[in-house]
Amino acid sequence: MKHFRWYPLALFALGLAALIATGTAGGARHARGVSGSISIIAKWTGDEQKSFLAVVAEFKKKNPNVDVKYTPGGDNTPQLVSTAVAGGNPPDIAVLPQPGLMRDLAKRGAAKPITFAKPTLLKNEASVWVNLGSVNGKLYGLFFKAANKSTVWYNVKLFKDAGAKPAATFSAFLKLAKTVKASGAKAYAIAGADGWTLTDLFENIYLKQAGPKKYDLLTTHKIKWTDPSVKAALRTMAKILGDTDNIPGGKSGALQTDFPTSVTQVLTDSPKAAMDIEGDFVPSDIKANVSAIKDYNVFPFPSIKPSTRLSIMGGGDTVIMLKDNPAARALISFLATPQAATVWAQRGGFSSPNKNVKPSAYKDPLNRKTALALAHAKIFRFDMSDLQPAAFGATTGQGEWKLFQDFLSNPKDVNGAAAKLEAAAKKAYGK
Amino acid sequence: MNGASVTAEPPGRAAPPVARAGRLRKHAVAAAFLAPAVFFLGVWIIYPLADTVRRSFLYRDTNRWIGLHNYKELFTLGTIVTAIKNNAIWIGVVPALVTAIGLIFAVLTERIRWSVAFKTVVFMPMAISLFAAGVIWRVMDQEDPHVGALNAGIGAIHDAFSPPGPLPDAAASTSNLTGSPQRGFVLHKPLHPGGVGLLGLTGIATSEVPSTAVQAASPKPVANGIAGVVWRDFKPGGGKAGQVEQGELGLPGVTVQLENATGRKVESVKTDDNGTFSFVGVQGGEYRVAIGPKTFAKPFGGVAWLGPKLITPALIVAYIWVWAGFAMVVIAAGLAAIPREVLEAGRTDGGTEWQVFRRVTVPLLAPVLSVVFITMLINVLKVFDIVLSVAPGSSQDDANVIALAMWRTSFGGVNDYGLGAAIAVFLFLLVIPVLALNVRRFRREG
Repeated sequence: MKHFRWYPLALFALGLAALIATGTAGGARHARGVSGSISIIAKWTGDEQKSFLAVVAEFKKKNPNVDVKYTPGGDNTPQLVSTAVAGGNPPDIAVLPQPGLMRDLAKRGAAKPITFAKPTLLKNEASVWVNLGSVNGKLYGLFFKAANKSTVWYNVKLFKDAGAKPAATFSAFLKLAKTVKASGAKAYAIAGADGWTLTDLFENIYLKQAGPKKYDLLTTHKIKWTDPSVKAALRTMAKILGDTDNIPGGKSGALQTDFPTSVTQVLTDSPKAAMDIEGDFVPSDIKANVSAIKDYNVFPFPSIKPSTRLSIMGGGDTVIMLKDNPAARALISFLATPQAATVWAQRGGFSSPNKNVKPSAYKDPLNRKTALALAHAKIFRFDMSDLQPAAFGATTGQGEWKLFQDFLSNPKDVNGAAAKLEAAAKKAYGK
Repeated sequence: MNGASVTAEPPGRAAPPVARAGRLRKHAVAAAFLAPAVFFLGVWIIYPLADTVRRSFLYRDTNRWIGLHNYKELFTLGTIVTAIKNNAIWIGVVPALVTAIGLIFAVLTERIRWSVAFKTVVFMPMAISLFAAGVIWRVMDQEDPHVGALNAGIGAIHDAFSPPGPLPDAAASTSNLTGSPQRGFVLHKPLHPGGVGLLGLTGIATSEVPSTAVQAASPKPVANGIAGVVWRDFKPGGGKAGQVEQGELGLPGVTVQLENATGRKVESVKTDDNGTFSFVGVQGGEYRVAIGPKTFAKPFGGVAWLGPKLITPALIVAYIWVWAGFAMVVIAAGLAAIPREVLEAGRTDGGTEWQVFRRVTVPLLAPVLSVVFITMLINVLKVFDIVLSVAPGSSQDDANVIALAMWRTSFGGVNDYGLGAAIAVFLFLLVIPVLALNVRRFRREG
């Protein structure tokens, strides 16, 4: 009886072999000349997908023989791309929401250098973007779509009721908040249910208060989170978060308000708060029938020190090349030009780091304001939490997100918050 | 071993060649029939299981062997320890409660006329996916009484007993006015007859000011009396605090109290449309004017069901809401199968309804109750989706359970596959005894 047991096992092994075979075979795609085909996995879905396809259509006008296959990955794009790379069948081009994975792929040799696009890019984008897209001095990533996160959105009517004006400095900003409170409204919509809005607030303050050099050191954890500069920034942050009477629902209200809700608290005709401190993507979550300038407006995050007055913190989507072929090269070269960015800028919901996109390309006046500020920023720094290990900088319910939420419930505990942040950072960076 | 199983075995050693070929063919047929099942079990159960166990000894997504390190981490990492504790609460509370509530519903529905309608309603949540049920409860549990149904209900009762005041968010405009919304505000400086009090308030939205309000007036002193004004001490830009200015509205209908030197209330009046008030015929001496706390009483602010303290109870309520219907239907089926004569016999023997229920119904239902209980036990061990959908990001850590911890560790951003695998193995070990119990019951019933 015993010697017949190998039957099921053999069949099982055969099945496995068959599975593996189908997994590895197929896929290899070749493109010849500027005619060919490109597969793209990008995070853009919905309207963003349509706009990007419009950019691709512009590209195809010049390269009619290129076939483009687009897969929208949404929030799962990093996983999709990693899996595709691990499975040996990567797309030609991928668009990633964070630069972390790009670096990882470049170091493993999965991403291919795009040095051919560097001259064009240097003509069009500030060197900070080129540096962000480089790994060991070689260019791998092109930032096509960016976000200006140093913005404060406000409700025009509540500002009018309070007789308040946009503030240029942080002290004026705090006074403005006080005036808004005295007028009977709440100043701040805080989206504390989403930890990332709190890290954005911290990063804005830290960049403007401690300056870009310290910002870079903290980003790479070369200075500790218990550094005096971090504590000073936390104290500044507490001036906003600790003003609980000035937040709808107070602390616990803030902790249960997610980002889209915070937008509906401010950019609406029946506002609960006057200001939402978040990036240029705020208007995409408007639910009410309100219009720019008449009902809502935007001003830059107030400056804390004169030397960092024109600094901007933001993010961006990175275009990387995973297979080196002429068609992919052609598309990436095209994306580095102002023509490509202009197509999407005209459709709205877009900020290009490209300096040579004409201001008139942006149809929405507020979009134009934030996008131009971003492209022409004297100092730009990438969202710190996006550059840190995800376990620390980008995970719901732990690391920075959780600890800043704890700080929101107890803004007095600056030393405790700094110590906990340092402990979590040490763990995430360590080993 | 009994004789039947012995004779069922084909004779082994001394088999003639023909029989051996037959046996070979028979095994080949058996293998062919078994192959699909073995293949699917192998690919989707055995291989993942084995690989999960292997991965739990490796560091993150590498192949570096780190022994029991991940298991040590499992019992020392704060968030996972919270998850284990929370799971213990779930196990202790949910299966028992669901079984009990299901039993109560099942027994009660036997006796009411609209039992089918009632059963349908209670069973309805089962038709919704757990995730969707979670979304419903997330809205129901909102803290803001204007959004969350639970708090709206509590708020209606609360406000009926202690109605909110007309100026719930007001604050004093200058330090001349001391006190707090909870104790009321008092003009710090004492007044004598002929004196005038300015009670400036801020933090009042224009929508909160009664529509009859007009421009605030500077009060005129009254002989043998005390006069004053209560007004919204704010105009666009802020204005000068403590001064009645053009463009600032009086606050009508505010109750102002006159207190004597000992702090006793002497008299109270309501303010006019321009905010002014006056007490006439006041005897000599020191007085203070005050606005009582009732004016500033806040409306019900809502219970933070989704906050860190109440999140697990809130989740358990939602979960029971979903599963009570399942328990009820299964138990009702069991109930219908109980022979009526036994119950009748109990009653004829003089048992009260309670005694019949306790001594006859429940023991007869025991197998069904244990099915419900064990099913719930397994469900609760693996509870996941409702926690993910109900708990907001800020309290997800406080609501954590083992299955969620596993997912968050492996895929929720940390991407520590090693530790995630260790959590999975731990969860698997927890489920095994319950499964064993179930299998034993199947055998007994079979």
